[in-house]
Amino acid sequence: MNLLEPTRRAFALLAAGDPRLVEAIWLSFWTSLVAIAIIAPPAIALGFLLAKRRFPGQRAIVVLVQALLSFPTVVIGLVIYLLLSRRGPLGFMELLFTPTAIILGYTMIAFPILVVFTISAVQGADARIYETARCLGAGRVRASATTLREVRFGVLAAVVNGFGRVISEVGAAIMVGGNIEGLTRNIPTAIALETSKGDFAQGIALGLVLMTVALGVNIALALLQGRGGLR
Amino acid sequence: MMRSRLVALWLAALFPLCAAAAGLDIKMATTTSTDNSGLLQYLLPKYEAKCHCKVRYTAVGTGNAIKLGENGDVDMIMVHARAAEDKFVKEGHGVGRRDLMYNDFVIVGPHADPAHIHGMKDLDAALKKIKSANAVFVSRGDDSGTNKKELELWKAAGVDPKGANYLAIGQGMGQTLTVAGEKRGYTLTDRATYATYKDKTGLEIMVEGAKNLLNPYGVIAVNPKKYPSLNYKGAMAFIDWLTSPEGQSAIASYRPKGAQLFFPDYRN
Repeated sequence: MNLLEPTRRAFALLAAGDPRLVEAIWLSFWTSLVAIAIIAPPAIALGFLLAKRRFPGQRAIVVLVQALLSFPTVVIGLVIYLLLSRRGPLGFMELLFTPTAIILGYTMIAFPILVVFTISAVQGADARIYETARCLGAGRVRASATTLREVRFGVLAAVVNGFGRVISEVGAAIMVGGNIEGLTRNIPTAIALETSKGDFAQGIALGLVLMTVALGVNIALALLQGRGGLR
Repeated sequence: MMRSRLVALWLAALFPLCAAAAGLDIKMATTTSTDNSGLLQYLLPKYEAKCHCKVRYTAVGTGNAIKLGENGDVDMIMVHARAAEDKFVKEGHGVGRRDLMYNDFVIVGPHADPAHIHGMKDLDAALKKIKSANAVFVSRGDDSGTNKKELELWKAAGVDPKGANYLAIGQGMGQTLTVAGEKRGYTLTDRATYATYKDKTGLEIMVEGAKNLLNPYGVIAVNPKKYPSLNYKGAMAFIDWLTSPEGQSAIASYRPKGAQLFFPDYRN
């Protein structure tokens, strides 16, 4: 198969701002960003709590969250599908095959990543920060905020990693989103479709965008971790 | 002495394997509908018992099946896209196309029937009503034979279906029916796949029996002059059987759940 020709057409499509491409790219970005914005605050708070406090069942929760990290995304897709389907308990909300369903899937996929990364960032921080803040008269919340400030690069790395994970996710997105053109067709599901149709130029163009995003995310991650490490 | 006997034994054991690999098998590319509906699983054992060969098939979209024939990856194709089939023969990829059978498409939709098309006989008018009622219509949108058919029907009705409630999902028939069920929308489907998804989706038949809802299948052997290594003889023997009275009545006798899905229509 000649790979050069579709690749050349891929760049032409990107340069021309092909509307189908732009729609898929835009959908991928906004659903990923909204999902991360929704789930980051509770996930970071939980990660902090699990790293700092000792309470009954704490270890069990940590193990559970870590197990969720390696949970197949298609199973998450299946669970959401069953919940949102017309015959499911939340069927009356008519959310299946909408961007909202995709966002819901993304939040569930990103949640354990954010929690686990936050735990390790907080545990890696000097425990004396918290104690010093307390000694200087800060309350628990204030002392926690000070610690979070000190590990902000680690926490940001968690957020960036979560974003990189959901934007490239295909299993749950195609199951609960339905891959509807102009509504729920995002970058990864469009690549899957165009390839099955034999339209490789579209697939390559979208693949390039996704790889650029992945590269950008990882460069950002490396920079953040580098700066965090210097402190 | 011992060794040469072992070699002879080994050769004897190998021989039937060689014979099997020597081209008795028939490779066929076909569409998902013949496979999903269970027709091939019903039909092939009947022929295989007769010819003492195996028919190996791959079930893909019509466009893809034709591609496999063009590339000489299969000995024959069984597809439903008349214009593309004629082009396939005209360009020298295949020889001796024959009508095999037809099944039919139906328009299905939700029980509430927001466009009020239930029982209509005039397909064009029904499509116009779906559009004017701004009802949800789910399209395969995957360039498959069914998708091409759907686009032809809209064109024939003089309606541009595009709009916020026209959902092209780029997936197979089963998934399209599932989305239509969830979105309470209409869609075009082959009767066989619909029969399987009827209970799961709650969709009902809205329009059926219109002339352009017929979906004819053809069989074509891949041109042996283009790919001499193909099993042309085997493919032609299979096509002869399919279009013989015996093969044709076998197609008609396939009635899952008591309903006939495919109607033989070969004429000399």
